[in-house]
Amino acid sequence: MQKTPFFPRMMSLCESMHWKEWAGYHAVSSYQFYHDQEYFAFRNSAGLLDVTPLFKYRVEGPDAADYLSHIMVRNIRKLKVGRVAYLCWCDDDGKVIDDGTVMRRSETSFFVTSADPSYAWFSRFRRGYDVELEDVSDKVAGLALQGPTSRDILRQTCDADMDQLKFFQTVSANVDGYSIWISRTGYTGDLGYEIWVENAHALKLWDALMANGRNYAIRPAGLDALDVTRVEAGLILKNVDYYNSLHALIEDRKSSPYELSLGWTVHLNRAPFNGQQALKAEKASGSQWTIAGLDIDWPETEALYAKHGLPPEISTMAWRKSIPIYFDRDGAQQIGYATSGTWSPILKKNIALATLQTDYVDLGSEVYIEMTVEHKRQTVAAILHKPQFYDPERKKSNPGLVGNDK
Amino acid sequence: MTKKYDAIIIGGGHNGLICAAYLAKAGRKVLVLEKRHVLGGAAVSEELYPGFTFSVASYVVSLFRPHIIRELNLAQHGYEIIPMDCSFLPLPNGDSLARWADPNRSRMEISRFSKKDAETYPEFSRIMTLMGKFAKEIIDHPAPDIASMKLKDLQGLLRMSRVFKDLGPDLFHLNLKLLTLSATDFLDLWFESETLKAPMSVSGIIGTFQGVRSPGTAYVLLHHYMGELDGAFRSWGFSKGGTGGVSMACARAAESFGAEIRTSASVASVKIKNNRACGVVLENGDELDAKLVVSNLDPRRTYLNLVGEDHLDGDIVKEIKRYKLRGSSGKVNLALDRVPEFTCCPGDGDHIRGDIAIAPGIDYLEKAFDEAKYGAFSRRPYINAVIPSLSDPSIAPPGKHVMSCFVQYAPYHISEGAENWPEQRAAFGEAVIDTLEEYVPNIRDIILHKQVLTPWDLEQQMGLSEGNIFHGELSLEQLLFQRPLAGYSKYETALPNLWMCGSGTHPGGGIMGAGGELAAKTILNRREI
Repeated sequence: MQKTPFFPRMMSLCESMHWKEWAGYHAVSSYQFYHDQEYFAFRNSAGLLDVTPLFKYRVEGPDAADYLSHIMVRNIRKLKVGRVAYLCWCDDDGKVIDDGTVMRRSETSFFVTSADPSYAWFSRFRRGYDVELEDVSDKVAGLALQGPTSRDILRQTCDADMDQLKFFQTVSANVDGYSIWISRTGYTGDLGYEIWVENAHALKLWDALMANGRNYAIRPAGLDALDVTRVEAGLILKNVDYYNSLHALIEDRKSSPYELSLGWTVHLNRAPFNGQQALKAEKASGSQWTIAGLDIDWPETEALYAKHGLPPEISTMAWRKSIPIYFDRDGAQQIGYATSGTWSPILKKNIALATLQTDYVDLGSEVYIEMTVEHKRQTVAAILHKPQFYDPERKKSNPGLVGNDK
Repeated sequence: MTKKYDAIIIGGGHNGLICAAYLAKAGRKVLVLEKRHVLGGAAVSEELYPGFTFSVASYVVSLFRPHIIRELNLAQHGYEIIPMDCSFLPLPNGDSLARWADPNRSRMEISRFSKKDAETYPEFSRIMTLMGKFAKEIIDHPAPDIASMKLKDLQGLLRMSRVFKDLGPDLFHLNLKLLTLSATDFLDLWFESETLKAPMSVSGIIGTFQGVRSPGTAYVLLHHYMGELDGAFRSWGFSKGGTGGVSMACARAAESFGAEIRTSASVASVKIKNNRACGVVLENGDELDAKLVVSNLDPRRTYLNLVGEDHLDGDIVKEIKRYKLRGSSGKVNLALDRVPEFTCCPGDGDHIRGDIAIAPGIDYLEKAFDEAKYGAFSRRPYINAVIPSLSDPSIAPPGKHVMSCFVQYAPYHISEGAENWPEQRAAFGEAVIDTLEEYVPNIRDIILHKQVLTPWDLEQQMGLSEGNIFHGELSLEQLLFQRPLAGYSKYETALPNLWMCGSGTHPGGGIMGAGGELAAKTILNRREI
């Protein structure tokens, strides 16, 4: 197993020894035995998370924008310099392979992140484009700094004008003689940044952030805490909420962007791109599945446990497994399945993300989720919600920005 | 022609705001009047010094009822609790005891003092949790009156007896002990280590003019275990932005349901016509009419200040004068230049991110009470300190901190007379700093600002009679169907159309919200408006 450049620091801080594998790297699940303090750092101060195991690509050349527009569901030609796009990419059948971000660092230079190795797929479409594609996954390290004090910490750490950097923008900066680039992106649905640096300077960056973060209650955070925040934010996860279509063994496991509620990332009417015909057809005829949020009824949950003389026992960990969703309380008609969920400490709600037959998705209406209490399967009501439960104003706001457009 | 409200609520503390929210949610026209410029009552956040926001009085959130959060959508309105992970006890000899949310971590810590206690500790927690079910039953319903033959009361008693029955005979007997024993006697049934028992016993005396060896103090221990009954709600913690955050969330919820809230609106008296409350008279002379009036003030202020002896039966006046307030605690709020370093365990680790108890032994605590018994503040008091800025950086400038110290004993009735407290305020503050200095030697060097609140100050500033933080002692004779007065325990008062919803009503103090909720629900159930 590989170690990211941050490993020495994570190793000395990870009291719990809770690690997991992430794309072949050692990744911390939680630094302490329980992840809740790390979760609250994300939501109240700042959590620092190693995201180096993401796959990273440098795409450069006069045709880079055209090339990426061919691969991605979004029209990258329209992406302005200094902007970041969240998107997905599809096979010819319009089924999602992976989701990630594309950053336009200059007119001709892009930085792409993905969850799965994508070099082979991206390489397939290079013919005819004047473009250079480099897999920099092992050369560039990444840190996510997420939470309300993350901007203050970066302001102390680098020379970028953090007040100007808006949601889904990217900027280059200097820290004590080495350069980094920052994108205002992340997986927590909160104010936050991802910071990219060449491996050689990675530890210096970690140390600088931790030192400057001390006054802002920074905390190294692991993937368990991240998982809670991403469900609250309604951000889907590959291999949990959907499968890479190139790896799916059966057709039923493939999903289109529309079915993943990523339809907003698709720019349909433009020069040809991968999956365009299939996506046009689906857009016209409608999608079979839709991702929705579930707000699982708490008094009913309490009542189920109370029958056994117990207080509700639900894990504080986010879960990821398939759980049937029914149209009716007695569970006769299944209309889909939940794929991940969590107790949200900040919303005080038991929430989940579910893939449901589109015909049954009517926000505000009631469906039923299976729940096992004292070894017995039961159902509990859940209200359909948009797949985004937590969306604080600070995520997108720029209080220090000069001008009208805050 | 004055505008007529269905209900006017006097006092914008969290209970008043919750009561307003429930009444407004049910479609009633509600007005809340708060005397101060800020809402929250004792659950208030104030930026006392630039950049430093303090939970001026009440400082942690413990028993807030989870269904209130849900029913009033408080999470949407900014209710946010950061859980506390540790109870830390520094000791003068350089040792310390940290009790953690993680049971294994606690066991290993406690076993340094007693192996037996360490292994008994989870057993104790289990039993208290089981008995907490009983307490939950009590807290979530109006207290049934055992002297009443009304159907509602009989049903309530039946419900309580069922919970008793479910406890089984052993726990039933234990429950009787819990109601009658002192905190220390009760803990002696399980534990041997003084170091462990001392910080556990203090939850029996907080806000009470009693010592840890005084009979009847065991009952309050139970409250500590209530949070666990609410499962994932994890109710022990800091409110983001200070405890005023809870009040502000309640206020926003109330406003979202259409309630009107006015600050700097001081009520002089309840307007009475034909021996019924029919509105309020403000200090500025304005009169406002309402079908009924709800007081969030303590029982003494409600009866004697808002209504007045002239409108009350002599027996009621006598009883209300006997109602025990006798505040016993003060508050010292410190703005610190940096993290305080405890000799026994330096650094800004998680051990000081929960609550920190200065309670190095049962004798220490009892001696602290001895001084108070004879009318002096404790020279070496019990202190419960928290440094919430370590978890919530929004309340202090970067690198600086706020430290809130709850201090007991500071009896309202000092031998010189309560009105002489201002002369003793400085000395009281010094005693607290001297005590802290034994654990944090450089504390004096890092204090930037200091606010010392004696029980006299709590009375003058917050309107807490005799500085009692719970609107009246939580002793058995002032609880349940006797809170605040026998016969007037279900939120109604001796004056028709005047109701109460504060901590002086069942189930009592703490940022629980139950008084406000149950008062509103009782008013609505009885179709009073």
